[in-house]
Amino acid sequence: MSASVLKVAGLKKSYGAIQAVGGVSFEVMPGEIFGVIGPNGSGKTTLFNSMLGQITPDAGSIELKGRNVTGLGPLELSRRGVGRTFQTLQVFGKMSVRDNLIVAAQEHRGSMFSRMFAPGDSGLGERADALIDRFRIRHVAHLKAGELSYGQQKLVDIAMAFMAEPDLVLLDEPCAGVNPSLVGGISTLLKDLNRNPASGRQSSFVVIEHNMDFVMDLCHRIMVMVEGRVLAIGTPAEIRANKEVLDAYLGN
Amino acid sequence: MKKLHIALMALVLLFLVVMPTFAKNYGIHMFTTWLVFIIATMGLNLTVGYAGQKSLGHAAFFGIGAYTVALFLKFGMSFWLALPVAAVNCFVVGMLVGWPALRVQTIYLAFATLGFNTAMWLVMRNEEWLTGGTFGMNNIARPSIGSLSLDGNLAYYYLVLCFTLVMGLLLWGLLRSPWGKAFTALRDNPIRAESLGVDTRRYTLLSFAIGAVYAGIAGGLYASQVQFIDPALFTVGASIMMYLMVVVGGPGYFLGPVLGSAVGVVLPEWLRFAQAWYLFVFGTAVVLLMIWLPDGLLSLPDRLRARRQSRMASAARTRQAMLQGEKA
Repeated sequence: MSASVLKVAGLKKSYGAIQAVGGVSFEVMPGEIFGVIGPNGSGKTTLFNSMLGQITPDAGSIELKGRNVTGLGPLELSRRGVGRTFQTLQVFGKMSVRDNLIVAAQEHRGSMFSRMFAPGDSGLGERADALIDRFRIRHVAHLKAGELSYGQQKLVDIAMAFMAEPDLVLLDEPCAGVNPSLVGGISTLLKDLNRNPASGRQSSFVVIEHNMDFVMDLCHRIMVMVEGRVLAIGTPAEIRANKEVLDAYLGN
Repeated sequence: MKKLHIALMALVLLFLVVMPTFAKNYGIHMFTTWLVFIIATMGLNLTVGYAGQKSLGHAAFFGIGAYTVALFLKFGMSFWLALPVAAVNCFVVGMLVGWPALRVQTIYLAFATLGFNTAMWLVMRNEEWLTGGTFGMNNIARPSIGSLSLDGNLAYYYLVLCFTLVMGLLLWGLLRSPWGKAFTALRDNPIRAESLGVDTRRYTLLSFAIGAVYAGIAGGLYASQVQFIDPALFTVGASIMMYLMVVVGGPGYFLGPVLGSAVGVVLPEWLRFAQAWYLFVFGTAVVLLMIWLPDGLLSLPDRLRARRQSRMASAARTRQAMLQGEKA
């Protein structure tokens, strides 16, 4: 078995008397799409925020490609190859779509000093254009991101997470607020990006999503969380057939 | 759009080179003041307009630059040494003033910088042994380049023009480099920026420090221009005026400060006929501008474009709906 890209062990986080995450462990393998599902309040977001350096866990460890990254902030995680999307739209509204993509990777090139003298697109123009074509947003690439429709901005947001050729991409509800016809499109895109990565370097994904069809269709493995604990981890088929999961979550 | 930009700049440049030769002394003084404030507000535009850091302390940096040059000249040192020192001073102080911005933002940051401005003003006013207190410092000399004296008002004007152009080009280069995008990213969405590896702490501090350098150089040039400075020039009121210039011109627009400074420096002169009513007229004009063009004068073309686009989009929707209606 090859070494995992992400290894979370015994992660715990409490807010006062409330234990949001109570000892969660799992591993994500290279190239794997790993889904995290669970009812509201099951600790998904707390788990995600810990992995993203937004909050520091009380106990447990997070390893990225064998290196301990527990407690590192978002900036450091980005430098170590973690890309992410947000639940709500987070694009740079007054920059063009293309510039949004370029700024998403430019800080990974050279030093701050050398960037002062680098060309405006940091030599990332081609990479940005390739992603623009894959995401089919060529016709709006020159527009300010803030002027686009919600769905288009969502696509820009996802594309940005892939610009820096990350090892791991954390997708926080990529389908939230997206109209059903685009959900299929996003799924196809993500599968394609997983199978044919732009750089030849394969990314692993961790996806939090409430849209069950989307998760079952997209993910290789799924972890079900209930009340801050792992209820089950398995392939979509295994999860569908799991009695406990059906009772606790999928049943209705 | 790009051609228009270049043509516009060429036109402004031609105007700046030729016009003062027709002006009398007072006119030249106005033009020079305008340029000085262009330099100062270019810096503030970087801090406020591009990087989104609400600073109400810019006049303090302007003052630090002015007093540095005045003191150096008083002790018989060269203007050409004084100006770089003024810039370095402002860079360092700018870094320190940027510190609160790492903790607080928006109106809270504005108040923190306002406090800094007041503190600096008190130093200028109270430390009489150094700054001359409320009497200020006078007889600030004008520099010369070798044997070329810049004592004359027109000659000094052209010196300031050269500085304006060089500082403008440097800023343009910086904004076109990846730094410009990083600053804009910091302004538009700092949390997203950080998640993409943009070191928001460093860029925040640098936006203050570089902005302060522009104010410092402008202040140094201003000291030699008017040859007399006192603390009243560097109050919080002056900072607010500079902020207003940036906002009126269009924050985040490269040429915004050119227009904004004209409004802040030249317009009051034109409104002299209104005498006591001047501030009323000026204030009303600003209120109206903020209602109709909250992103400043230079946002007008973008506004019109956006309006045209939305009109076209709605026309397209209507057409689509009618076509579907025919099919049905």
